[in-house]
Amino acid sequence: MANKLIGFRAALLAGAILLGASPALAEAVLHRGNAGEPQTLDQAHTSINIEAFILKDLYEGLTIYDTAGKIIPGAAESWTVSDDGTVYTFKLRENGKWSDGSPVTAEDFVFSLARVEDPKTAAGYANILYPIKNAEKVNKGELGVDQLGLKAVDAKTLEITLERPTPFFLELLAHQTALPVSKASVEKNGADFVKPGTMISNGAFKLISHVPNDNLVVEKNPEYWDAAAVKLDKVIFYPIDDQAASVRRFEAKEMDLVYNFSADQIDRLKKSYGEQVRVSPSLATYYYAFDTRQEPYSDVRVRQALSMAVDRDFLAKEIYSGSQLPAYSMVPPGLQGYEPGFADFGTLSQLDREDKALELMKEAGYGEGGKPLKIEIRYNTNPNHERVATAIADMWKNTFAADVSLVNLDVSSHYAYLQEGGAFNVARAGWQADYADAENFLALSLSANKTFNYGHFENADFDGLMKKSYDEKDPAARAKLMHDAEVILMKEQPVAPLLTQADLWLVSDKVKGWADNVNNEHLSRFLSVSE
Amino acid sequence: MFSFVLRRLASAVPTLFIVVTISFFLMRFAPGGPFNLERPLPPATMENLMRAYQLDQPLWRQYLTYMGNAVTGDFGPSYIYKDNSVAELIGKGLPYSVELGFYALLLALVGGVIVGTFAALRQNSALDFAVMSVATVGVTVPNFVVGPVLTLIFAIVLAWLPAGGWGDGSLRFLILPMIALALPQLAVFARLTRGSMIEALRTDHIRTARAYGLPAKSVVVVHAMRGAMLPVVSYLAPCAAALLTGSAVVETIFTIPGVGRYFVLGAINRDYTLVMGTVVLIAIFVIVFNLAVDILYGLLDPRVRHD
Amino acid sequence: MTDAVVSVTPASDVKGRSLFQLAVMRFRRNRPAMAGSVMLLLIACFSFFGPFFISHSYDQVFSSYVTIPPSLEPRPGEDTLEEAMKGVATRARVELQSFTVEGETFTATITAKDPIDPRATRYFDRANEFDKTEVVTTEDEGRKLTLSGIVDREYFLFGTDTNGRDLMARVMLGGQISIAVGLLASLVSLGIGVTYGAISGYMGGRVDNVMMRFVEILYSLPFVFLVVVLVVFFGRSFVLIFLVIGAVEWLDMARIVRGQTLSLKRREFIGAAEALGLTDWQIIRRHVIPNTIGPVVIFVTVIVPKVILLESFLSFLGLGVQAPLTSWGSLIAEGANNIQSAPWLLIFPAIFFVVTLFSLNFVGDGLRDAFDPKDR
Repeated sequence: MANKLIGFRAALLAGAILLGASPALAEAVLHRGNAGEPQTLDQAHTSINIEAFILKDLYEGLTIYDTAGKIIPGAAESWTVSDDGTVYTFKLRENGKWSDGSPVTAEDFVFSLARVEDPKTAAGYANILYPIKNAEKVNKGELGVDQLGLKAVDAKTLEITLERPTPFFLELLAHQTALPVSKASVEKNGADFVKPGTMISNGAFKLISHVPNDNLVVEKNPEYWDAAAVKLDKVIFYPIDDQAASVRRFEAKEMDLVYNFSADQIDRLKKSYGEQVRVSPSLATYYYAFDTRQEPYSDVRVRQALSMAVDRDFLAKEIYSGSQLPAYSMVPPGLQGYEPGFADFGTLSQLDREDKALELMKEAGYGEGGKPLKIEIRYNTNPNHERVATAIADMWKNTFAADVSLVNLDVSSHYAYLQEGGAFNVARAGWQADYADAENFLALSLSANKTFNYGHFENADFDGLMKKSYDEKDPAARAKLMHDAEVILMKEQPVAPLLTQADLWLVSDKVKGWADNVNNEHLSRFLSVSE
Repeated sequence: MFSFVLRRLASAVPTLFIVVTISFFLMRFAPGGPFNLERPLPPATMENLMRAYQLDQPLWRQYLTYMGNAVTGDFGPSYIYKDNSVAELIGKGLPYSVELGFYALLLALVGGVIVGTFAALRQNSALDFAVMSVATVGVTVPNFVVGPVLTLIFAIVLAWLPAGGWGDGSLRFLILPMIALALPQLAVFARLTRGSMIEALRTDHIRTARAYGLPAKSVVVVHAMRGAMLPVVSYLAPCAAALLTGSAVVETIFTIPGVGRYFVLGAINRDYTLVMGTVVLIAIFVIVFNLAVDILYGLLDPRVRHD
Repeated sequence: MTDAVVSVTPASDVKGRSLFQLAVMRFRRNRPAMAGSVMLLLIACFSFFGPFFISHSYDQVFSSYVTIPPSLEPRPGEDTLEEAMKGVATRARVELQSFTVEGETFTATITAKDPIDPRATRYFDRANEFDKTEVVTTEDEGRKLTLSGIVDREYFLFGTDTNGRDLMARVMLGGQISIAVGLLASLVSLGIGVTYGAISGYMGGRVDNVMMRFVEILYSLPFVFLVVVLVVFFGRSFVLIFLVIGAVEWLDMARIVRGQTLSLKRREFIGAAEALGLTDWQIIRRHVIPNTIGPVVIFVTVIVPKVILLESFLSFLGLGVQAPLTSWGSLIAEGANNIQSAPWLLIFPAIFFVVTLFSLNFVGDGLRDAFDPKDR
């Protein structure tokens, strides 16, 4: 009996092997690996970019990014800005429709944005829209939702009033939190409006099915205003959180696109796949923070010395196989109209830096001949962070004869500890820009910023310059103020920027229309596949 | 018999209750919460979230609320997968885990028993040694090594089978994860079968049967097997519970949409409700399979009585 | 099930020992088991004494040798020396004019547009390949220097990992940790399990009922989950890891010992001990526990590999021992991710891991056969 069963299984197995690959499909399907399961498809709760990739294919905001990462009109066909820069008037597309055929109205946008700011919604990214008049007060429950600076002038005209001129407001509107929801659908279905079969969207695609941790299928939306130009019939998102697994599935030709893989695979993949491996610098900084509240890290010389002794070229070239760039400023280079305030030691050679670092450390009275230097590096559990910490520990050991130990915790414990003000020596952190503006990076070190400023850095000059920049209306003068602030920050080194990060993609030869861009924006709408 | 089953089921209720209580408080003593992310949330947002999920209430109150809801089958919303309730997530994932686990169990059990029996019949022969060595390797190589190696060979180099995913659920998607899942268990079954088969072959009634000149094969199958299955059956319970509730490792490596990954994900992301849901699920499986095995025991061994 | 061993023990020590000797004899005759024991000894020696014989420490980073394959030849090889020298020259911002190697020493001539800072030699010492670089001659007002120094040769028999650390040193350290975790966790589970089982079985009645009920509840707790939760929540110290694993592995042990105790309790020598007025605890300690030793020893050989595997699972989840410490499990998990780009990272730790567990299995089987009175 048992023998027969085995035979039966074996026959099935052989048959299955013979069947081989699945039959070719006539329709254009993009198989898109997506680095993890989306936690939500609700624009009010979304927080990570793997959700943004899906949401931005499903919905279209007032503004969108093109393949080059430039802001272009989305659901709004055009807009005007008042002279003082505080009132934006958007003209919505006449032929903009939801996937059920009903028109996209200004009222939908007012409803969507108000929903995000409503404290009852508890939106995780509510603060990104705080530039809208009264948004912060509404979100904190101090004012009613109707007090927001939003107004539907008529069905296709939307007027947004801001708290103060915000040069990057159009970029904020391209964030997934600012995507519209159908007012009718949310009012009818409540929290279920995100479910397949119920969801109504206004983007190039509509949601067909979703099996958590397996796949999420979207199909071309025939009601979309530019449907004729959409070349894909179907996009299947595969949430794969194991980076090695996603690479294997790409190599088995099951995926056309894969987002994020382990940096130590780059050399091998480049050898086998050449141009299909895409490395594009992004607006993200990998940094170490020093706890400025305690000895010896309260001493600026110690902070400078430790930062200088880190051989960033080694980290970038050897640990990250060239997929990241050495960083000497908190704000990554490449922002339009902003000149980063680089740390002055950036121009020195590594050996000179080490000489200088030793001098500084000696002055401060630590290291060889002085007080012993005991350093604990905290980081969140991740193979890459571990490799960076290991390398840096070795550098500090060699340069200062320091006693360096490592401590890693899972993401939640690590950040909870830092955000709740726990004492530490040196801690890893990273920051990915929510919008392309330097303020996003510099605000992390404001003394008033209790949650983000892990090292509790306090510098009146820095705070003062930043405060001035918020009131400055002229973009060039504002950029200058921020630049000066960053120069102070880099002199003080409460944070030691290590690397400017990059987004890693595997893009199959089959995929056409792909372009790397610093915002990491890749709408499926602009892509096509060829056999 | 019937009253035995009833009694056992009734005694499972306090067990479950204690398991849930322990897990609930254990989770809450952990540092960090579901909303401590790499990107810190501003205090106002954090407050809104805590209020929305009633995490701002005193712990005893949260516990009472949770228990009250759990009794009615409501295990609350998931904190990470915000669009889904815990019941929905487990409901969607469980069929995949159970199906894959069932095949793996079948493969492990049938394969293990056959291999073990052969080894026992040729005790201390080269075949015995070879078979048991292979089985030992099966137990010792962790499945996070077996998985990638299998994929590398069969999906990338030979391109015979898919590298992962559930696809349409057809067998070719299941073969590799099934093997990775079954291999260690197959080895355990083989060792258990071999050990008890050797014992059984030495007992008097088998010797008698052999002395009467019954052919070796039928002696084994008819007589020895029945007695030798007891340790195999008792291992069946923990094995089935483990395989059917999914494996975090295999599901991650082969991107299977089952429930196995949820307890690790939940614990790491402090998704309290998701973790609790998984705990309850696994506890139920363990209890039910232990009961089933006790019943099976009674059928196989008349000396065991349930009264 | 081991009645023969049990019944004779109290009667006379001499006879008990001879039974033990019998077991030893039988064990010695079991060739796979003996081979397993020798293997284990060798691996333990390699892991614990090996570090004294290699010059690299487990956390030493060789920045010039990141992810290099294993080789019996020393690094740098003849072919790569010039390449390495060119790289150094570029970093020192000088031109390399000529470069020769004779035996252990090298001679290089470097030039630049401006006078070269003699400190540039440090760039050469800095590279792992060269050492003790000195300026021999200075020409052209310091624009042309001739340097000499020694070529620093290093052996990486197992290759290096993705951080440029010697894999052999890592495997040794991993062995120390894995073996230590395996033994210590087994001891913890042994301690709890034997005491708990013996008390429960000896006391019997209501105490036994309650204690076994508790074990049943713990059985229904998903244990791997518990380990994960405890490690996630309370950090990842080495001590915690073996305590936690030990604390979840004692249940089977408790059951076995309890069963054993139940049958012991009916024996005459326990009654005699009671009659002599020994306290319960004394009886458990002196008469019950020593008599359960046979099955317990066998069970330990089963539990040690289980513990090592469990630790490797924790490592796979990133919850293993704190870096820069490592275990075989961590090394294997890391190797599994680099299976295509650097297979040696998987192969070496995996060989040690598998051979160890393999040997433990054979030793366990051998012990079982040796202590089994039915097997003659």
